Amino acid sequence: MTSYLLRRLALLVVALLVAAGVMFVLLRMLPGDPANALVAVGATPEQIQQARHAIGSDLPLGQQFLVWANQLLHLDLGNSFINGLPVGPQLAQRMAVTIPLTLIAFVLAVLIAAPVGFIAARYSRSWVGILFSSFSQLGIAVPVFWVGILLVWGFALSWHVLPAGGFPQDSWADPGAALTSLTLPVITIAIVMSASVARYVRAACLDVLNSDYVRTFRSLGASFGSAMFRHGLKSVAVPVVSVLGIELATTFLGAVVVESVFALPGLGSMLVTGIAQHDYPSIQGVLLLTTLIVLVVGVLADLTQRMLDPRLRGGSR
Amino acid sequence: MSVDTPQTMTDGPATVTAAVPRRRGSRRATLIVGCVLLGLVVATALVSYFYLPYPPEQIGGGRLAGPSPTHWLGTDTLGRDLMSQLMIGARIALAAGGGSVLLGGALGIVLGLAAAFAQRWLDDTLAAVLDILIAFPTLLLAMLVVAARGATLSSAIIAIGLAMSAVVARLTRILAKQVLSEQFVVAARTSGTGWLGIIGRHVLPNIWPTLAVNLALQFGLAVLAEASLSYLGLGAPPPNASWGRLLQEAQGTVYTAPIGAIAPGIAIVALVIGANLLADGLRDVFDPARRTR
Repeated sequence: MTSYLLRRLALLVVALLVAAGVMFVLLRMLPGDPANALVAVGATPEQIQQARHAIGSDLPLGQQFLVWANQLLHLDLGNSFINGLPVGPQLAQRMAVTIPLTLIAFVLAVLIAAPVGFIAARYSRSWVGILFSSFSQLGIAVPVFWVGILLVWGFALSWHVLPAGGFPQDSWADPGAALTSLTLPVITIAIVMSASVARYVRAACLDVLNSDYVRTFRSLGASFGSAMFRHGLKSVAVPVVSVLGIELATTFLGAVVVESVFALPGLGSMLVTGIAQHDYPSIQGVLLLTTLIVLVVGVLADLTQRMLDPRLRGGSR
Repeated sequence: MSVDTPQTMTDGPATVTAAVPRRRGSRRATLIVGCVLLGLVVATALVSYFYLPYPPEQIGGGRLAGPSPTHWLGTDTLGRDLMSQLMIGARIALAAGGGSVLLGGALGIVLGLAAAFAQRWLDDTLAAVLDILIAFPTLLLAMLVVAARGATLSSAIIAIGLAMSAVVARLTRILAKQVLSEQFVVAARTSGTGWLGIIGRHVLPNIWPTLAVNLALQFGLAVLAEASLSYLGLGAPPPNASWGRLLQEAQGTVYTAPIGAIAPGIAIVALVIGANLLADGLRDVFDPARRTR
């Protein structure tokens, strides 16, 4: 177990380093100098040179990478090219929006998906099951931002029950206000994510329901519920947990997109404006952080899976 | 990430429940509905090359007009005909989906086959690289490519296709290794069939049904990914009326002119559901054992 954990962590570090390197090279391939974004139109060559020197884009590529990697080792993500502020604290500030948004939406999605998937499997041959399956079929085909637009139309613009977007200036100083502004985004993401999680729950439930041991147990007179809860639950949990890791990562990405719908000052909007403004330190900061989060979630999902499924333990893998 | 991909999970052991052919008809319907939805979008895209109600950039007919006989879906904030823009959007959606599937499929299958045939160490390395790539989400990769190459349709296709190739390669590798361990392949090898012959005569014919199903699903995901990118302003640049961008433009006026924020969304959903249903239908055609479910 320990050696497995070490291997996974080593792989995580390697993946992160590779991602950092690829990111750096790809972004620097961009034609045009980011310094151009800093100076006014009609700036003298000296001014441009000064701006390039200020952000270090006059150095050779290799040296730029070393400077950046050295900063990174000291947990310094550099300063934004645009507003000159350090990227690290900005990321922290933005995470205060994105992380709660992701987690609440994810928990809500799982809470919706579990009964929906279960009912879709339990009544798979009746119209109830087909209705629930159709919900998840629809849900995985719907763009998350479109759901957001429709919810804004209904709940914010037509019925005025919830704000259409934005986030309190003072962040979580007033938790009530913060939660209110996160309500519609959370529902948006949860609807879409629950549809895709429900499909896995349904598939796993069907596998268990059709298994020999449940059939035997039921033929001995056990009710459907007790067959499911006494014998099936763990077998359902293993495959579902294995995809939950990926689903959590997907939820996080959904949050990145949905932030744009609701004008939330999170990581997603930082990334999108960063790309629009060629703000490399911001782009790299957000991408590195999100990559790290996605990788860590993957490791956690694997560990949970091994705890649930003894067959995965001990073997050569 | 781990051993369980969505495919392997749903393809559990063939079920032993008594065959109830009740759902065969509805299964056939899945395939037909999928084909019809896809066909509608393809037809719209083709028609858009010969006929558009109005030139897409023509301004006229008033701003944000509702649906009328002259403008079936009304007009946008600038007074352009929405129907014409939607029809052009079909081309972009299909190009994004088709282009990424072609790129991702070709690259993925070649990589997967190479890994399956390679020496042990090379196979292990490739498998580890693929795991890392798959852990890296499509949308982030796409944003990175867009940041590096600029926001164009080709950037989106390259990014989505690259991300897809990792998924396809892993699937191909697993499937191909299964086939390679079969007796008939061993027999073919001993009787002197070269590796090209093995691939062409034994591996591909055995794995393409599963690959086709997966590629149909990937097509839908690619369409969704491109729509998200365009919505964020990171897809095809303005004169191209991508459905995602149409939604982004209509968002501000959803209250006064809801049709503009509804129609492109329905178009996206129809295309993606079409692809997903096609995938489901194909799976049942290829694997009759599953039909009893």
